Amino acid sequence: MNVLEFLVNSGLYVMMGLALLAGLGAVTMRNLFHSGLCLAFVLMAIAGLYVSVGAEFLAMVQVLIYVGAVLTLIIYAIMLTARLEAPETAAVNSQVLPILIALILFLGCMLPALIRVRWPVTESALQATVSVTSLGQALMTVYIFPFEVTGVLLFAVLIGAVVVARKDRDA
Amino acid sequence: MSLPLEHYLIFSLLLLSLGIFGVLARRNAIGVLIAIELILNAVNLNLVVFSRTVSSTPETGQIFAFFVIALAAAGAAVGLAIVMAIYRSRKSVQMQEFNLMKW
Repeated sequence: MNVLEFLVNSGLYVMMGLALLAGLGAVTMRNLFHSGLCLAFVLMAIAGLYVSVGAEFLAMVQVLIYVGAVLTLIIYAIMLTARLEAPETAAVNSQVLPILIALILFLGCMLPALIRVRWPVTESALQATVSVTSLGQALMTVYIFPFEVTGVLLFAVLIGAVVVARKDRDA
Repeated sequence: MSLPLEHYLIFSLLLLSLGIFGVLARRNAIGVLIAIELILNAVNLNLVVFSRTVSSTPETGQIFAFFVIALAAAGAAVGLAIVMAIYRSRKSVQMQEFNLMKW
């Protein structure tokens, strides 16, 4: 293992650790705006991990759609609703202890399973490179039906979100 | 792929647990939506990493991840619209105030 590879690997581990810390902040911070910013950090770190597994186009989509659109929407909603929230209310409800016990049991089952399973890693899959061209071809041939359905769904969401969120004048 | 597969899987398992904790424990409805985004991102990372290591068609995982991202954006839009509508009628986004359908 040469120096460059070591640096890249340790950088990836540091990024994973920071992303987990930011994720913890996103679900426990009392100030929702701060947890939104923590979510932004997690999303950017995951985009970096996408680059590290050779999914550059997906990393770009992640930054554009998640950080650019979804996070903006969330921060807008936080700023529109934060006015009446008392800052001293707790961030989590009274069920934290049972939830933590259940999650520790879940992790205790899943972590040994993940480590013990011998994943059938194939050399051909490791060597394969995914270009944007092949992604587009797969999207336009094999996955054309879900692609079109997603378009219809996004149209329905566009109308539905407006209808749900607007003011009822005649009701 | 410079790291072994298991390390990515452990990372996304921990991120998934954080998301589940947030969904179950957060009091603020927007906090729950943030936690849902964490869950979907953990799943997306798993899809991409598996398609890079054990799949015979390397595009599949990435295309699934595209669909998940599209559905997550749709879910966030509708979810936040619902939160805004409830906020307008109840003047609150706290989950324990959402008892309109309880009798």
